[in-house]
Amino acid sequence: MALLQIAEPGQSPDPHKRKLAVGIDLGTTNSLVATVRSGESVTLPDEQGRHTLPSVVRYQASALPEVGYEAHARAVEDPHNTIQSVKRLMGRGIADVRKLGEQLPYHFERTDEGMPYLVTAAGSKSPVEVSADILRTLQRRAELSLGGELTGAVITVPAYFDDAQRQATKDAATLAGLKVLRLLSEPTAAAVAYGLDQSAEGVIAVYDLGGGTFDISILRLSKGVFEVLATGGDSALGGDDLDLALANWLIGELGLGQDLSAAEARYLTEQSRSIKERLTDASQVEVELSVAGAHKTLTVTRDTFGELIKQHVAHTIRACRRALKDAGVSADEVKDVVLVGGSTRVPQVREAVAQFFGRPPHIDIDPDRVVALGAALQADVLAGNKPDSDMLLLDVIPLSLGLETMGGLVEKLVHRNTAIPVAKAQEFTTFQDGQTAMAIHVLQGERELVDDCRSLARFVLRGIPPMAAGAAKIRVSFQVDADGLLSVAAQELSTGVQSSIQVKPSYGLSDGEIERMLKDSYSYAQEDLAMRNLREQQVEADRLLQSLEQAIAADGTELLAAAERERLEASMRELRSLRAGSDYKAIEAGVKALAQASDEFAARRMDAGIQRALRGHSVDEIEEGR
Amino acid sequence: MDIKQNYFEFYGLPEAYDLDLGQLADRHLELQKQLHPDRFAHLSDQERRLSAQYTAYLNEGYATLRSPLLRAQYLLKQRGIDTHNESSASIDPMFLMQQMELRERVEEAPSHADPDSELAALDQEVVAAMSEQQAAFRRAIGGTSEAELEAAAAAVRKMQFLDKLSREIERLEDELY
Repeated sequence: MALLQIAEPGQSPDPHKRKLAVGIDLGTTNSLVATVRSGESVTLPDEQGRHTLPSVVRYQASALPEVGYEAHARAVEDPHNTIQSVKRLMGRGIADVRKLGEQLPYHFERTDEGMPYLVTAAGSKSPVEVSADILRTLQRRAELSLGGELTGAVITVPAYFDDAQRQATKDAATLAGLKVLRLLSEPTAAAVAYGLDQSAEGVIAVYDLGGGTFDISILRLSKGVFEVLATGGDSALGGDDLDLALANWLIGELGLGQDLSAAEARYLTEQSRSIKERLTDASQVEVELSVAGAHKTLTVTRDTFGELIKQHVAHTIRACRRALKDAGVSADEVKDVVLVGGSTRVPQVREAVAQFFGRPPHIDIDPDRVVALGAALQADVLAGNKPDSDMLLLDVIPLSLGLETMGGLVEKLVHRNTAIPVAKAQEFTTFQDGQTAMAIHVLQGERELVDDCRSLARFVLRGIPPMAAGAAKIRVSFQVDADGLLSVAAQELSTGVQSSIQVKPSYGLSDGEIERMLKDSYSYAQEDLAMRNLREQQVEADRLLQSLEQAIAADGTELLAAAERERLEASMRELRSLRAGSDYKAIEAGVKALAQASDEFAARRMDAGIQRALRGHSVDEIEEGR
Repeated sequence: MDIKQNYFEFYGLPEAYDLDLGQLADRHLELQKQLHPDRFAHLSDQERRLSAQYTAYLNEGYATLRSPLLRAQYLLKQRGIDTHNESSASIDPMFLMQQMELRERVEEAPSHADPDSELAALDQEVVAAMSEQQAAFRRAIGGTSEAELEAAAAAVRKMQFLDKLSREIERLEDELY
């Protein structure tokens, strides 16, 4: 989907050219984009020199959306069209959004299930589209600043984001025309920014309290490998909740009822945010408030605020305790504690974390920027700019994945904190004689009852041959990739019949919807779809040819017989001539054919890699034995 | 190399219950450095797909060998006994009695005067019983006779019971938070 750099026809892309890759922190309150420049990770400012971009989008009837500071400035005046904290709506159903219990000023389309569409002056917008508008702004900023098209981006997500929230984030990138090199957990990104600076080894804890999400991750650092041992958190708890707690207190002190207008409610949460921020340095703050007919000067002390947010802070510490237990380490084994996210500036939060882990946390890198800086370091590696880098980030799945079984119970197939990528399969059988279809309901969460877990998708497996109850064998397999994204397949085994299944994401966009939005999207308005398809296939062909050339140069003599090599090179010549033409379907077929022809070679190279890894070890041991 | 091969061979380690976990972890990281999809992020779809398959296998192997229960189940499976998926097997009645008593105490723990300490105490008992069964398994799996194999399977079945109990304790601890 992404638009990549293309060399002039007939010119092969220069493999030595540095690829433009960025790290993007798509935050609840603010977003940032960073890149590696002369070996150093830096955040990129806009034309006015501002590094952060408020994650706020304002839609207008007959103009392009405003994104960032100008949108934020209109938030109180135009609350219905100005979307803030959209990250909290990502991958959520309308019912979840209502359960968030927030005074959301937006008008939602009247639907009882599925995605919450926001009604704006520019039409209905899904949270994915709003996020895509933020991503586009960052992409433009990066391309202007770096002087070229981006090869790809690492986009960070809260470690505790479930599959639907991750998928929604990836869809937003697709809509914005960005190639996602990896969805990276925010705490892991922060650990990378710290780890590479200080060449740390050992167990570290990353406590990340952002605008709308909370994460705790326990990682082990060893020789450039960042291994997540366990992760925990709450993807619906953040600075917004601290503001809301204070706003509710203000409402009480002002003697106001709950029937405030959207603009009044937003005025109070904005005031609360400002009071909270001032309380970081001041022990008390005096504010003059004028809202809904009430005028009053109030004094808020740090202690009062601490009391109001006590429950929330205690909740985060409980999550820390559980993450340590899941990781199998004790608090005193944790060598370093890193704080991430603007909300960790709140003194009560800092104190609670320091007390729980028994050591002062690190705050040397700006907690607002550290995630983007770490993401940029990984983007640089993934784009292929640092072939000798030893850095590797190993992640886990934050929440268990399972299927609905009889009686509304959940059977877990993949447990939380399992290392990813992971593949698991389980067999199920039919409940009734002659049953020819089976409903498969995929869920994520820790609870035993379906109703207490998040519904990810529903499938119907059809075409099961009629048999006695319990005779059919249906194998359901789950695959989770390195981004933490799940794909599910089901197959009837006893007859060998493979039935296809259709995915209906519970709260996501279908591929069809994404395709439609892409076509509608203004960034493609002038662009011919066929042209875009052609460019995509050319990129894929170039990538395959280039990687095969490198592979043959490295291992061709050792791993390929002369005849095999001849066949492979013939297939490459074939693709090169198709690549020169303009038939994207022919190129697509050529890519597929070459991929097939080189499958065996790729597998042999992987095996050679395994042998090398093990051989390296036995050499060490022989030397140690001496 | 066949992806379906034995996990022990995949990691280049001797097939035995006693395992150097430090060595296993080191080899795991070395193999991850070779095989992880991030190593192939800028390469072709086909290489990324293969790498994801290998890494999933690697992660499964690592999880299996690292866990005392899964490792024991795996060693038995290699010898033709699948204790994980069997529907019924006879278990020592004495052991079952003890289990029922323990289970009752676990179920009542949330209404105990001090549920945290009660659950911690129960957890300790389960851990102790678990290491007893692990020792029994270690003795039996070294042998080659039918009786020794059966003794090893009996120990694993008991470990499975204890594992369920320890998960139940964990669940109740989670609910207390």
